[in-house]
Amino acid sequence: MASGADDGLDRSIYRYVIRFSIKDTLAICGLVAAAQLFYYVTLDLPKNIMNQGIQGKGIQFPVDLGGLGWFSVGQIQYLLSLCALFFVAILINGGLKQYVNSLKGKLGERLLRRLRFQLMARILRFPVPHFRKTSSGELIPMLTAEVEQIGGFMGDAFVQPLMQAGMLLTIAIFLFVQNPLMGFAAVSLFPLQAYIVPKLQKRVKALGKERVKAVRKISERIGETVGGIQEVRTLGTAAWERADYTDRFGLVYRIRYEIYQRKSLVKFINNTLNQGAPLLFYGIGGYLVIEGSLSVGALVAALTAHKDMTAPWKELLDYYQQSQDAQQKYEQVIEQFQPENMLPAGLHAPSTGSAPRLDGPIVANALTVHEDAQTKLLEGVNFTIAPGEHVAVVGPANGGREALALTLARLYLPTGGSIRIGDVDLATVSDADLGARLGYVGPSAYVFSASVRDNLAYGLRQRVLSAAENAERRAMLAEAEKAGNLPLDVEAQWVDYAQSGAKDAADFDRVAAEVLTRVDLAEDVFQLGLRGRIDPRRKQAVADAILAARAAFRQRLSGSQADPALKGLIETFDPERYNDNASLGENLLFGTPLDASFEGEALATQPDFLAVLRAKGMEAELVAMGRKVAETMVELFAGLPAGHEFFDRFSFIAADDLPAYQAILTRTVPLADGSLPAIDEEDRARLLSLPLKLVDARHRLGLIDKDFKARALAVRKALHGDLPEAARAKIAFFDPDSYNAAASIQDNILFGRVAYGQAKAQATVGQTIREVLDALALRERVFEIGLDFQTGVAGSRLSAPQRQKLAIARALVKRPDILVMNDSIAALDRSAQARVLDAIIDGTRGMTLVWATQDATSAPRFARALVFSDGRLVQDGPVEDLKAREGMLKEMLAAD
Amino acid sequence: MSLKEETDALKRIPLFANLDPAKLKLLAFMSQRLTFEPGHAVFQQGDAGDAAYIVLDGEAVISIDTPKGRIDIARMGRNEILGEIAILCDVPRTAHVTAATEKNLVCLKIEKNDFMGLINEFPGMAVEIMRELARRIVNTNQQLRQAVAAKG
Repeated sequence: MASGADDGLDRSIYRYVIRFSIKDTLAICGLVAAAQLFYYVTLDLPKNIMNQGIQGKGIQFPVDLGGLGWFSVGQIQYLLSLCALFFVAILINGGLKQYVNSLKGKLGERLLRRLRFQLMARILRFPVPHFRKTSSGELIPMLTAEVEQIGGFMGDAFVQPLMQAGMLLTIAIFLFVQNPLMGFAAVSLFPLQAYIVPKLQKRVKALGKERVKAVRKISERIGETVGGIQEVRTLGTAAWERADYTDRFGLVYRIRYEIYQRKSLVKFINNTLNQGAPLLFYGIGGYLVIEGSLSVGALVAALTAHKDMTAPWKELLDYYQQSQDAQQKYEQVIEQFQPENMLPAGLHAPSTGSAPRLDGPIVANALTVHEDAQTKLLEGVNFTIAPGEHVAVVGPANGGREALALTLARLYLPTGGSIRIGDVDLATVSDADLGARLGYVGPSAYVFSASVRDNLAYGLRQRVLSAAENAERRAMLAEAEKAGNLPLDVEAQWVDYAQSGAKDAADFDRVAAEVLTRVDLAEDVFQLGLRGRIDPRRKQAVADAILAARAAFRQRLSGSQADPALKGLIETFDPERYNDNASLGENLLFGTPLDASFEGEALATQPDFLAVLRAKGMEAELVAMGRKVAETMVELFAGLPAGHEFFDRFSFIAADDLPAYQAILTRTVPLADGSLPAIDEEDRARLLSLPLKLVDARHRLGLIDKDFKARALAVRKALHGDLPEAARAKIAFFDPDSYNAAASIQDNILFGRVAYGQAKAQATVGQTIREVLDALALRERVFEIGLDFQTGVAGSRLSAPQRQKLAIARALVKRPDILVMNDSIAALDRSAQARVLDAIIDGTRGMTLVWATQDATSAPRFARALVFSDGRLVQDGPVEDLKAREGMLKEMLAAD
Repeated sequence: MSLKEETDALKRIPLFANLDPAKLKLLAFMSQRLTFEPGHAVFQQGDAGDAAYIVLDGEAVISIDTPKGRIDIARMGRNEILGEIAILCDVPRTAHVTAATEKNLVCLKIEKNDFMGLINEFPGMAVEIMRELARRIVNTNQQLRQAVAAKG
């Protein structure tokens, strides 16, 4: 089962479609066939309408409709009846077509969903080493864009040719029935077209490839010319260079022109043959009519019918091209999803019931792991680790310790020998069971984009614990099952809190606190809590408590109990003073915006705000200041590619807006006397938005002086006095006595800003806050808010050591039977390493702990060590013995 | 105390001397200006190195732990760089750095992640820095050779 299509991903797109939609396809084909009957009627009826209804040939009026003598009608009524019949046939034919199309759409979309799901399921089963060769950049477009094109074709794979060929055939039969000669005339040119067109197309395709090649060569040459421009100039070879480009562009010209010609030739041939056919009809058909062996009605019907042939014929030719494309793309995609040594699909089968314990001894028997044919990672390794034993695994880099850790976690699969845990072979344990009972943390573990709490609980999600809640979800799952997706509700209860020792979701925070304390992360999470926000309406009690903390903190800052260490570290919000550590915008508003119209850049266009600025004569000054800021930003950030993280973190101007600001700068070059020219409304707003973000103490641009601050304070006063009531409601003014919902917990306690540029200011202030919160027994509340912190994409809002600690906590919280640690604390600093190692040894009593590490000095903390070198187990025994005996461990300890 | 002054300080550091002035200004803008009170620690031996510091004003004392206790080994003044190895590779701090007792120490703190981000964006910077480091190795080797020759 190495790479076989155990999930039905066939090599051929047609086989794939048949395998997963044979029933639906057959049903649709039946409908298509039925539609042809009605289509035939719509072809045939016009003849009767012409001949009998209009010309009254071959019929005696009144006519007995239905042959039962009930309806006897004259010619007019007869004509109308035929027309009505014709209309009904059209309706039925069209309706069937519409129904077929909708079925076909469903079939195609389901196949697309299934294919996507299967490819994703395969990615989850890829052998881990494969990801070193394959980047997500390669996989993502395949699963998103490319699959979509394939999926679009899959719905059509059988239905489209059948439908179009059916129409063609029906028309051809109709023509043959009218007159064999005419039928023959109608189809006579198709073989020719079917032969020539693909031939011509083939050449066009080949030319397309040549064109790509030629253009690629030209871009190489352009790079060369640009790189060597000084040489070209000083050696005077510009003429030769131009001659070279003349030649290269000539080649592209010839290829492109040939493509164009061939394409237009194909069009010409197709059109001529299609439009030439009616000539045959006029000629042959006209002759037959004159001869009397064909009615005028039949000829008109034949002409109409033949005209109808061009559409399906064109569709068929298109289909031919699409099928070639789709098959090729499908093969390419499938190719990428067949790596050797995939995890058997069976191990990913969803499981029910609780996972069996893995509390037996770990026995490696002649364990061999190859990376590829040449490279052996482990060879003939034998050992037994007793349940509950703590073992260090050491040795030089790439000597086998990493491979052993990865193989124990089944991230590498043995190529020979086996690992058994108790009486089960590790290779046969399902992924879910293994995930529940074995913990693994690698050297740089991944953190998901979710809250800290959700990341901790991520390892408790091996199986779904409840069914879908409502009918709507159940219907969605039923549809999912039809498309071969997993019919389990992602919104149901997955987290198994009991496994962590928590009673329920609410109790989980307590367990989280214990585990995070163990891995030295609780303090960080507490800090994240301080940076978090709460809604005071929903958590009135917490908000009130935080206000009490604010009061307590103020007493530490000033007054009789003032703490001298805090001097100069906090700049409190004071209505009468400009705050150097807050932005100009904050200083003017003296509050936190509650509404988007007063937030960030929007403030620069807020009419009430602008009115006050103008009244105080400050608008022009701020625009001029904005221009200076824009100049600096453009200078600093113009060289960075759009989307670089520095834009978000440092620039006042978003990457997308940078060109606009560059343009504004050129439009607003100062006049000779230093004043600015007239600037239009939009540009003014853009410039005005910049200085509002300026924090004098932080950005050090030297634009804010004492007089400016005084004027800014006047604006602040005016804003507070003059803003209309509706506008005031959109700002949470800094008020010493009320909780500010738009500010973080810490900001609410501080009621000011920590001064920039004071070393250890954060630490000292943090310590004081902690003391204040402890005195009020508020630490747990803040910690819970910290657990809500969103870690960002790949945990990017956490530092590398924080991510690593969180990953260790995630492995510990599920209380595994076996914990495999693969250099998992190397990213931590020395003192944290020692603390975390102690805590892990202490916290895994009763568990089997395999501690693989590059740091041999930690081996003496364990009773037993396995030493690996060159893929072999070279030493195995009590650390005390190995330390004393000549051998690798002794050498390594001596080297450190 | 402005960005310009800090950019000039960066220019005087040999490690950065050959870099594009615009990039240095960006580096200065991204960096934090920090004041340490006399006697306060900038970093401790054994800490994870996460930033380099450029002295803008005052003096820093370098000291190391020895079996006989902590001893001072050097003082660094204006326009000198502290802990620059830390922003290039993952090593723990090899010494203690403390603000001298005479006056406040003012430093520009260059975060490792930001510096690396800048280098990733402008590979030309990496080349210049590589050259400077190679030059240092050549110097060290020469000194070692001279020292060995003098001994022998």
